[in-house]
Amino acid sequence: MTDSHPHDHHDHAHPHRHPPRPDTDDTLGHFQIMEIAVRELLIGKGIITPAEIQRAIEAMDARGEALGAKIVARAWTDPAFKTRLIADGTEAVRDFGVDMGTTRLFVVENTPTVHNMVVCTLCSCYPRMVLGLPPDWYKSRNYRRRAVREPRAVLTEFGIVIPDGVVIRVHDSTADMRYLVLPQRPAGTDDWSAERLAKLINRDAMIGVALARQP
Amino acid sequence: MNARAAANAAVTARFKPGDAVTVRRAYPPGHIRTPWYIRGHSGTVVHALGPFPNPEELAYNRPGLPAQPLYRVRFRQGAVWPDYAGNPADTLDIEIYQHWLEAESDAAR
Repeated sequence: MTDSHPHDHHDHAHPHRHPPRPDTDDTLGHFQIMEIAVRELLIGKGIITPAEIQRAIEAMDARGEALGAKIVARAWTDPAFKTRLIADGTEAVRDFGVDMGTTRLFVVENTPTVHNMVVCTLCSCYPRMVLGLPPDWYKSRNYRRRAVREPRAVLTEFGIVIPDGVVIRVHDSTADMRYLVLPQRPAGTDDWSAERLAKLINRDAMIGVALARQP
Repeated sequence: MNARAAANAAVTARFKPGDAVTVRRAYPPGHIRTPWYIRGHSGTVVHALGPFPNPEELAYNRPGLPAQPLYRVRFRQGAVWPDYAGNPADTLDIEIYQHWLEAESDAAR
């Protein structure tokens, strides 16, 4: 899926590519074997069905950056919604049929003076309910290690330079919050509809390693 | 465990936004959600998020009660990494459970 071309939907230049991680599908690890065993037991005992597993996989695959982009575009065009989104993201995204489950959505807003970016140094916590599955680089040890240590260098490698005067806040997603970055709305889009604005918003901008596209 | 039951079985919140706190310098085994790199560092509470079942207990299929108050704590990058090269106002914002925090005055040596 995103393994070989993690950035092929971008229209801005990247100074580097993230090397794909090698496939490890020739041998099964301990936890892969454990997952298969538990899944087969649950099916064998009639607790869940293969069709339910398939539906859960399809539901996860159906979630993607388009949902997050719609949420951001609405925040850009509907000040009351933006206020609700920042005050209580979990509650606000119910408007889009999103149930955050046991986690909560915490929305952080980029401004002319503050840039936010998200990492999970402990594992790969990610706002899957609004952005779908995380990109492989988000789970890589390099990103997790470096995002908290030298965020400006990491952002430069992603192709954006944050001016020295702008404060960078790195959010380490260690517990029950899931973070969504609300990017800055590009200039020159004042009369745009939410539908049109949504096309300027990509996944990386909502993780905070890119900016919204310029029109 | 729903949120209401967790709140009913929660530890009393000790901290509020603005409080100076220090992360315990402890290295217990188990499923710990406090990053290693931040232990022993001091920061400021920016959000009190309410009680959440303790993940160190949930990981072993125990109920995680009493629930622990969870905070977003803001650390200055330059205080965490002495050679940090960016804007001195850059921050790390990290969620930390109350049992990992001490009031900064308690922790002062």
